[in-house]
Amino acid sequence: MTAVLIRATGQNLQMAYNQSLKSLGIVRLLERSEMLASGDIAALVYLWNPLTIVTCVGSSTSPIENLVIVLSLYGACRRLVPLAAFGWVIATHLSLYPAILIVPLILILGYGPDSPRRKLFQQRASIKVGENPSTDIHYQQKELASQPMLPLRFSWRLVVHFILWASLWSCYVLLLCGISVRQYGGLGEMFKSTYGFILTVPDLSPNIGVLWYFFAEVFDYFRNFFLIVFHVNILFMILPLAIRLNHRPCFLAFVYIAISSLLKSYPSVGDSALYLGLLGLFVEELADMQFSFFLFCGYVGISFLSPVMHNLWIWRGTGNANFYFATAMAYACFQIILVVESVSAMLNHDRMLRKLSIMKP
Amino acid sequence: MAAVLRFLIAVLLFSSIATASLSQEEEEFSEELLLKPLADRKVLAHFHFESKAPPTRTYGHHHRLFPKALYQLVQKFRIREMELSFTQGRWNYERWGGFDPISSSNAKPPGVELWAVFDVPHDLVDASWKNLTHTLSGLFCASINFLESSTAYSAPDWGFQPFSGSLRYGSLPREAVCTENLTPWLKLLPCRDKAGLATLMDRPSIYRGFYHSQRLRLSSTEFGSTEVESGIALDQTLTVVLQPTTSHRASMTYSSDSVLQPSWSLSSIFGRKVSGRCVLANSSNVYVQVERGLMSELKILHAEDEGSGADNLTFEKTWNNPGFELSIAPNRVIKEVNILHDETSIVLYEYLIDNYSNSEPFDLGFTWKFPVVWSSPQAPLHASRFLMGSGNERGAIAISLKATEPSDGLWFADTIENSCMLRFNVFQVVPWYVRVYFHTLQVFVDGKPQSVTDFIERMRISPSEDKVSPGVMEMALKLPCCVKSVTLTLEFDKGFLHIDEYPPDANQGFDIPSAVISFPDFHASMHFLKDDSLNKSPLLSKFQERSPVLCYTEVLLVPLTTPDFSMPYNVITITCTVFALYFGSLLNVLRRRVGEEERFLKSKDSKKTGRLGQLLSKLFAKLRGKSWEPTQTQSASSSLISSKLIFKVILVAGIAAGWQYYSG
Repeated sequence: MTAVLIRATGQNLQMAYNQSLKSLGIVRLLERSEMLASGDIAALVYLWNPLTIVTCVGSSTSPIENLVIVLSLYGACRRLVPLAAFGWVIATHLSLYPAILIVPLILILGYGPDSPRRKLFQQRASIKVGENPSTDIHYQQKELASQPMLPLRFSWRLVVHFILWASLWSCYVLLLCGISVRQYGGLGEMFKSTYGFILTVPDLSPNIGVLWYFFAEVFDYFRNFFLIVFHVNILFMILPLAIRLNHRPCFLAFVYIAISSLLKSYPSVGDSALYLGLLGLFVEELADMQFSFFLFCGYVGISFLSPVMHNLWIWRGTGNANFYFATAMAYACFQIILVVESVSAMLNHDRMLRKLSIMKP
Repeated sequence: MAAVLRFLIAVLLFSSIATASLSQEEEEFSEELLLKPLADRKVLAHFHFESKAPPTRTYGHHHRLFPKALYQLVQKFRIREMELSFTQGRWNYERWGGFDPISSSNAKPPGVELWAVFDVPHDLVDASWKNLTHTLSGLFCASINFLESSTAYSAPDWGFQPFSGSLRYGSLPREAVCTENLTPWLKLLPCRDKAGLATLMDRPSIYRGFYHSQRLRLSSTEFGSTEVESGIALDQTLTVVLQPTTSHRASMTYSSDSVLQPSWSLSSIFGRKVSGRCVLANSSNVYVQVERGLMSELKILHAEDEGSGADNLTFEKTWNNPGFELSIAPNRVIKEVNILHDETSIVLYEYLIDNYSNSEPFDLGFTWKFPVVWSSPQAPLHASRFLMGSGNERGAIAISLKATEPSDGLWFADTIENSCMLRFNVFQVVPWYVRVYFHTLQVFVDGKPQSVTDFIERMRISPSEDKVSPGVMEMALKLPCCVKSVTLTLEFDKGFLHIDEYPPDANQGFDIPSAVISFPDFHASMHFLKDDSLNKSPLLSKFQERSPVLCYTEVLLVPLTTPDFSMPYNVITITCTVFALYFGSLLNVLRRRVGEEERFLKSKDSKKTGRLGQLLSKLFAKLRGKSWEPTQTQSASSSLISSKLIFKVILVAGIAAGWQYYSG
């Protein structure tokens, strides 16, 4: 147990380092002066999150999944294409759902990390050029110096590199898997019992999600239909979010992770720990988020109530399955509110930035 | 040359016909009943019916006695061996014995147990099994067809019986056994229960017993796997343990505390008498068996009575001795020959039913004269199985084996030669929803944990797969004789099932089939004096077969967590609502344009009062499905109000009327 804890803390430290580095990249790009060290906040939130601690104590494998996801994001932010591709491939190999992170990864590689809308920069640049104030030369030079760093056009070279590396890594992983499972029925069997297990939800053991109870109760006739519905729900949101948030790929990655942890077939608190940690990265942008206190209280309440209900139902036999399901439902609702509110706060923030940038000149 | 050839062929044909006619056998049927007083004041009745059909190759397809349904079953599914048992109650190994042929081959686990060996290629065995289960379930009015699913049966390799390959084993512990299963079973007998010994099967009295097991065993040599063709043999046995009703005379106490065993007769335990044999039966016999323990006790009693010079032989031949008295003199007394223990042995009193008829029915009475306490021979280890742990998430199965009293001596002598090692096999099938972790196997010898490899000779495990196959464990263990007790524990997690997979009464729990403990070194068999007349009795020849000692453990009742069965609709609708909320609100956030909204609000503010009423009426009009006319705002609103008023009045009136109607 201690070994697991030490390992997990080691990972966490590494993650914190990654995150702070990544946020440095973001901080440099942001044009406001009074900055909180959002990377540090994110790392602390991740480290001191009770959910992370619970995950480590339970010696779950989700810290490893979280590590590779963060690794890929870090690699993308630092333009380390092989690392990003490696993280993405391994994360997909481990739990399938991070496959949708390919969209934000490509956007990060193509456009660079989060920034306000590109139009703003264009406008601003044109305005600046038009005004050409002699007093603020120093500032403008700085601005111009940072200008080449954010490519206004999509950089295809890195994306192609990323795809090449990703295919290379996945071939490598598949080859290794093929060799190791050859005597147990080959890759087909492996896909069936790993990804098939994730997609068809055969195990109905209680977890913090809602799908286990849903599929335990749903009529067999509709089972396939609802399987498709729930998985398409994840895929369906990819495109609108990508269109709307394409200038903030890191935030997009956060939203994707949150959505997949909401809708995935076997969610765990480790997933929540990851996206709550990532939430800390956007502390500046999401400062005026609504319901944040309400959400905080909700999370605290659920994390106390849910074990109690589980104990009542499974161990004491005095409770009912519905008690536990109600807490799972409430948890899903809070996650939904969190996602929706954070997206709306981010969009509002962008609007405010635009207003400011229009008003300023 | 041609003539010689023709002659040779003719000779060959002739000789083959001659041999065929020589080996031409008749179908045989025999009925027998064994009665045995048990140590705990109960009586065991063991009916044994045997039908034999000669091989098809020489005899053809038409049978006079052998049931057609079973013959077709054997032919269709190419069954080499099959055993089906329906049991109610549990055989009490401690009191009723665990080391005699009856207990090791007729004591069966509760519910239905079926195993079959097929003579088909390996890939067709499962298909044959599935078809067989369906056929049998139709034949015996039982839900044997539940054994069809791959989660219900298993393919033991060597743990259950030393067969290889095509054996399939399945059991349904919860199957309720009753008269609807007995009737089709009786239909297989040529006389049904209309004549012969089967007339004794009075339904209320045999189902009132403590243990009831009907068994059907088929073995055939039709398919050329063995050299000797003996056709198909069908054994049907019914074993019941009954409690004789105590009469007033039997209840009086002798000496200090020992109570006289209740006396019984056929008419008192079955409520019927035997009025002649089944005319189709080759032999129709009734045996009364007196156990070795009882015999030695009686001998001591006899010696006390008569002095030390009593003659053993004459004593054992008597059917009227100080201990008990049989109401009818037996036709013959058969004594077991026991090389090891020559002082006392099992005694069988034989009665031939041929001598009795309707006018003079056979009603055997067994009267106790003196209270005797004895014990039955025990298997080397007494097995019991139980669950450990609480809660509905995990637990452990423990199989506890206790050595029986060494004073028994019977098995002790057998093992002295091979440096006194006690070998036994454990075979256990666990359904998939009890997820056993086989790596947690622990062996406790005399209460102390020991390394597993010291005691386990070999082990075969096939882990369960969710909704596909059960977990099977076969273990061969070897113990030194001095060991008093062994406990095997295995931990498991409980699975969660879909709402449709729960049985009707889900909160009762799930039954895990019995484990089978077999002792390959010990054989429960009796030896009689070589006599041709004995070999004619199928029951006695069955007793003389060397069969390994088998015993079954208890069925485990595992409570599993249940979901709420009453609200699938609520769960579906609530979950879908939440996901719809997620989808809708997220899309709403994404497509909202704040700038336009602000402009809209501003414009609304500017034309505040004048336009507001117009907008409202527009909205109402839209709701009412009418086209909006801005000129008639006043009338529209007035008609709206009036219609609202009318609606309210009607609603109140309706409620009042309804109230009146239902309360009145």
